[in-house]
Amino acid sequence: MGKKVLMKGNEAIAEAAIRAGCRLYFAYPITPQSELIEYMAKMMPKADGVFVQAESEVAAINMVYGAAGCGRRVMTSSSSPGISLKQEGISYIAGAQLPAVIVNVARGGPGLGDIQPAQGDYFQATRGGGHGDYYVICLAPNSVQEFADMASLAFDLADKYRNPVMILADGLLGQMMEPVEFKDALTPEEILEKEKQHWDWCCRPNEDEPNHHHHEINSLEIDPKELEKHVLRLGEKYDLIRENECRWENYNVNDDNELLCCAYGTASRIVKSAIDQLKEEGKNVGMVRPISVWPFPYQQVAAGVGPKVKRVVTFELNLGQMVEDVKLAINGKVPVEFMGKVGGLVFTPEDVKAEIEKYL
Amino acid sequence: MQVVATRPKSLTDLQFTYCPGCLHGVAHRLIAEVMDELDIRNETMGVAPVGCSVFAYKFFDCDMQEAAHGRAPAVATGMKRARPDMHVFTYQGDGDLAAIGTAEIIHAANRGEHITVFFVNNAIYGMTGGQMAPTSLPGMKTTTSPYGRDVDDIGYPIRVCELLDSLVAPFYIERVSLLSPAEIIKAKRAVKKALLYNKEERGFTFVEFVSTCPTNWGMDPMKARDWARENMLPFFKAQKFRDKGEE
Amino acid sequence: MRHDILCSGFGGQGALTIGKFIAKAAMAEGKFVSWLPSYGPEMRGGTANVSVVVSDAEIASPIVSFPNVLVALNQPSLDKFGPEVKAGGLMIANTDMCPNKLGRKDITEYYAPMNTIAKEIGNEKVLNMIAIGMIIGHTKMVSYETLEKDLSAFLLKKNPQLLEMNLKAIKHGMDLVK
Ligand SMILES: Cc1ncc(C[n+]2csc(CCOP(=O)(O)OP(=O)(O)O)c2C)c(N)n1
Ligand code: SF4
Repeated sequence: MGKKVLMKGNEAIAEAAIRAGCRLYFAYPITPQSELIEYMAKMMPKADGVFVQAESEVAAINMVYGAAGCGRRVMTSSSSPGISLKQEGISYIAGAQLPAVIVNVARGGPGLGDIQPAQGDYFQATRGGGHGDYYVICLAPNSVQEFADMASLAFDLADKYRNPVMILADGLLGQMMEPVEFKDALTPEEILEKEKQHWDWCCRPNEDEPNHHHHEINSLEIDPKELEKHVLRLGEKYDLIRENECRWENYNVNDDNELLCCAYGTASRIVKSAIDQLKEEGKNVGMVRPISVWPFPYQQVAAGVGPKVKRVVTFELNLGQMVEDVKLAINGKVPVEFMGKVGGLVFTPEDVKAEIEKYL
Repeated sequence: MQVVATRPKSLTDLQFTYCPGCLHGVAHRLIAEVMDELDIRNETMGVAPVGCSVFAYKFFDCDMQEAAHGRAPAVATGMKRARPDMHVFTYQGDGDLAAIGTAEIIHAANRGEHITVFFVNNAIYGMTGGQMAPTSLPGMKTTTSPYGRDVDDIGYPIRVCELLDSLVAPFYIERVSLLSPAEIIKAKRAVKKALLYNKEERGFTFVEFVSTCPTNWGMDPMKARDWARENMLPFFKAQKFRDKGEE
Repeated sequence: MRHDILCSGFGGQGALTIGKFIAKAAMAEGKFVSWLPSYGPEMRGGTANVSVVVSDAEIASPIVSFPNVLVALNQPSLDKFGPEVKAGGLMIANTDMCPNKLGRKDITEYYAPMNTIAKEIGNEKVLNMIAIGMIIGHTKMVSYETLEKDLSAFLLKKNPQLLEMNLKAIKHGMDLVK
């Protein structure tokens, strides 16, 4: 661990990714993630890495596919409209079971929307996003430090499950500066060691007979019986991920909570402030914050409902997407309410507090 | 007994899935033979397209990736950048390369990626059943141009070599024909040049094969060749556009 | 203790930098900090502003809707954010660019011709350092020494003359609110 530096989320995630062994990065500029691609343009050559500004997000994600198929640590990033374009490639990456990391510094939508922070990409991020039966592991930070810390976690999860991992941030987390402390950078030897775990299936130099290999990176199974087997295997993998990789934070969750909040990412920061203010007034409100939004911590959200909790309120910067998961988690035990803010606007702690007080 | 022809080492022993008389098989064989001759099989990896040659990743006996429709040059870019010591090629049809993948091919060529692109031009979408391709000829009837390609409505066929030749970076661009044994021998020379330049890390190399699709043209293989000679070659001239190695 | 600071001005006036130096110094003193800029088209021509939070406790919301410290480098900023300052808070305005005063009785208001003073010091760019001096002089949120150390770290070698002017501007700002 080094000393604290004040850094934008966009730059912190880029630096952390390089430290985590990412040596290939392909992307296309878009606000509000441009500092990320600019940081990579500057720093990748210094780290002996590859930076290519692709002709489009479609090309960028397919470059990621090619490099991931070679077993290397590779990343791309974009913001909402660009992430939509990447969905084709993400589906192929999931189908071919390749490890790759995708960062979404989300903005307001739909369409061109605006460039302010929003959480309208929740469904896309947590339901696979592209065509076919697959999931992307999706981590949602709520601070610059957590954003940076997720780099090595994302690469490790991608390697472990041979699955794309998305870090779902937003314009606020990308643009904001906060103190951040980086982990030590992996050495070239450590990176190679990580990459070697893929050598039994990835594209790499062949040897001569009799050890010649022919590795195929592919998502095509034209025989339905074979595709069935493949998809069922994917399903088993997703079950394993659900079992092992739920991440969440409990904030002021206790048996005397009168109400439970649920929020992720930027929205959770605002809710925390509201909970703190309510606490000063003697009102006891807790929050469960999903850190992995896929797999969604259903059990942990349910477990957060204390004996005195009469209601759960979900706060999101969208029209109410995660509220569907929260309802699944609560399963009718208590009513689930929703408060949202859209258009790239962010609710204030006062807005949130007023909403909570309606139910106290 | 003397063996006069064997399967190239660079092909697996799977049987091709192409229609009888289809020239995809010939193109595969040329590439594989050259890989053997240059002894680069162990350091070579390829990208298969979406189209009739989608299974090329099973046929070439080296590491292979199967790309999304049109994206092979981007996938190849990622592979080459990830494994700069390896030689990377793509194999693509005309729908794949000149329609849905136009941006990817232009920009890979423009960056001068050190890859080789083999482009099979059969003036039609083979795999999906004979729809109009960006290379379908004026007046050509296909299942999606049942009255003939109307150039006033949908434009003229795209000449990809000529298009790429307007870029500064490419190192080698040639169009060859697969329509007769003599032309196939010439085509092999182009394949060899491209892969040799690739091996020597000289730059972006591109070979277009003027080919046929007997099945979707509704002709027997011999007639298809005649038709291609009469109709395709005048529009898609078999010629070398660029050879920086000879300048 | 939590300070909610909002600095606002025309793009290029250095409002974002005011926030950055305060945040960096506070971080060096072991405080929790966040720095959240406005971004996008409004940066061009309109007002650029930054929300900075300096706190003894972990910062939940980094958004400043009601600042207790406002720095307004131009009139539009003063008009827009002046009414939002919390009662008991501090407002600092640059009179060279703000002809109209705010005139609230429930907050402390300081007015200074920052462009003029900066020019006198020798470089109009140090305008934002005057504002920093006024903030720390009044609130004691961070110490002068920390700022001096931070500025020296990257200016001493590169441009010692500019460093001198910057430090002078901070001190001048502190004197203005004594
Ligand atoms: C995104 C997408 N759109 C459409 C298709 C369907 N498709 C498969 S192959 C093909 C055309 C291939 O034609 P061409 O590249 O000319 O190759 P050929 O089959 O003639 O060798 C199309 C449109 C697809 N696989 N993916
Ligand atoms: S459909 Fe045409 S291109 Fe495809 S294999 Fe058959 S003949 Fe060849």
